[in-house]
Amino acid sequence: MRQSFFEICENEKIADKVYKMTLLGDVSQITAPGQFVNIKLDGFFLRRPISVCDIEKDRLTVIYKVVGNGTLAMSELKKGAELNLLTGLGNGFDTALSGDFPLLIGGGVGAPPMYFLCKQLVKQQKKVTAVLGFNSRTDVFLVNELESLGARVLTATVDGSFGTKGFVTDILPQNYSYFYACGPEPMLRAVYEKTVTEGELSFEERMGCGFGACMGCSCKTKYGNKRICRDGPVLKKSEVIF
Amino acid sequence: MTDTSVTLSGIKLDNPVIPASGTFGFGYEFADYYDINILGSISFKGTTKEPRFGNPTPRIAEIPSGLINSVGLQNPGVEKVISSEIPRLSKYFKKPLIANISGFSVDEYVCCAKMLDKVNQVGILEINISCPNVHGGGMSFGTCPESAAEVTRAVKSAVSKPVYIKLSPNVTDITKIARAVQDAGADGISMINTLLGMRIDLKTKKPVIANTKGGMSGPCLLPLALRMVYEVYEAVDIPIIGMGGISCAKDVIEMMLAGASAVQIGAANLVNPYVCRDIIENLPDVMRQYGIQNLSQITGGAHNGK
Repeated sequence: MRQSFFEICENEKIADKVYKMTLLGDVSQITAPGQFVNIKLDGFFLRRPISVCDIEKDRLTVIYKVVGNGTLAMSELKKGAELNLLTGLGNGFDTALSGDFPLLIGGGVGAPPMYFLCKQLVKQQKKVTAVLGFNSRTDVFLVNELESLGARVLTATVDGSFGTKGFVTDILPQNYSYFYACGPEPMLRAVYEKTVTEGELSFEERMGCGFGACMGCSCKTKYGNKRICRDGPVLKKSEVIF
Repeated sequence: MTDTSVTLSGIKLDNPVIPASGTFGFGYEFADYYDINILGSISFKGTTKEPRFGNPTPRIAEIPSGLINSVGLQNPGVEKVISSEIPRLSKYFKKPLIANISGFSVDEYVCCAKMLDKVNQVGILEINISCPNVHGGGMSFGTCPESAAEVTRAVKSAVSKPVYIKLSPNVTDITKIARAVQDAGADGISMINTLLGMRIDLKTKKPVIANTKGGMSGPCLLPLALRMVYEVYEAVDIPIIGMGGISCAKDVIEMMLAGASAVQIGAANLVNPYVCRDIIENLPDVMRQYGIQNLSQITGGAHNGK
């Protein structure tokens, strides 16, 4: 973990209430896809934990949705502004376990970490399938970007306005070696029930500190209590208790 | 030359800066961020007789200038704290520790206090009679002078190390509780614990915290904590460890002027994991700025007479 300042390079809307922010700074602490950063915003006491979408040299990309006052303030930040970040938080996904045909499942703003994960897996010569789920056509993002990386992308929307009508679990392919999932808890639960292989699920919880000190985001697993922020956010399917 | 050292019940601390229980775990994970041996002491995570998972999540809600927590004393239980957590912390922190103890009965407080009293590195036993997040214990002991005194007497008669009682601000007159624990033999007072509060989510129209209510902490509490420390300082003769919203070196000095002999830093650790180090580094400069040579001499300086 490191506390350092980042400069905003861009902060643009890419879907309904969804923004992509690119930041310039020291990304050396970010060592695995699925990790997150914790962002200090003026006027708010607690930091905002946001998953890493991509890193490239000294550039960090995050994609976030406006869900409250904090993310609303974040969406109004301009190019050139400086932000105080804690980087390198959380365990992240384990790419070593992917097998040759990994399946990536992202629901809504659970999709962004799949980009960095996909990039790493493609680099390792894996044949990646990504399944994305959104509510409606206006919520869709990241499809083209994942295809550009070389992944096969399947998309579902709840209202059927883009891709297949339904949920990610309605379009899961049958053949895959291992899965990685991030999204709202009902989606994770459905993925947990529908998948037949081992895999990893990334969870979300209201956090105090984001680095393991306050026990604000604890959960029970088959192997004892874990902190979503430090021992997670990624848990193995075999340890999850729903 | 500025002198930042202070003394608590005969134990000399290099400086008055102590991470508060529940915001620093068992300390060793902070050793990844800086040399934690610079700290005055560490008040480690509240320990109970049995292991506890704590309350359901969400346990955290934001408030203006602070947060609400309802963790509910999650800890691995006193045996594991002694056999595994304190030894891990000892690798990085070599000074006397503050053992924070909670319980659901007088017997449980006594049992934990006796066990932690025997741990060499423990310098002070901090008895938390003010946790707002558990039922049938915790704060119910700290909101009534008689039961606060009962816990104090029982623990004091069972241990040899100094006993500090951690008080709740959720009372009509904190000086009555402070006097009661002093009369029952307490060696010192830690104050204040968190203030009960809640938030409601407009989307769900239900409380944000799963347990409905929780304890507020953060800079919004500093004026309240200062007022209460100021009042208790006039009411008792035992030392006070002051806490509540401290987040910089100036706050430390303000709290000591109100009557604290040392301070604890809580919520600020959660936003800036380096805050205790930053405060310790800044203290000498801020002392010079305000013409203070010996920090220990400013305790209670805001009072007339006493």
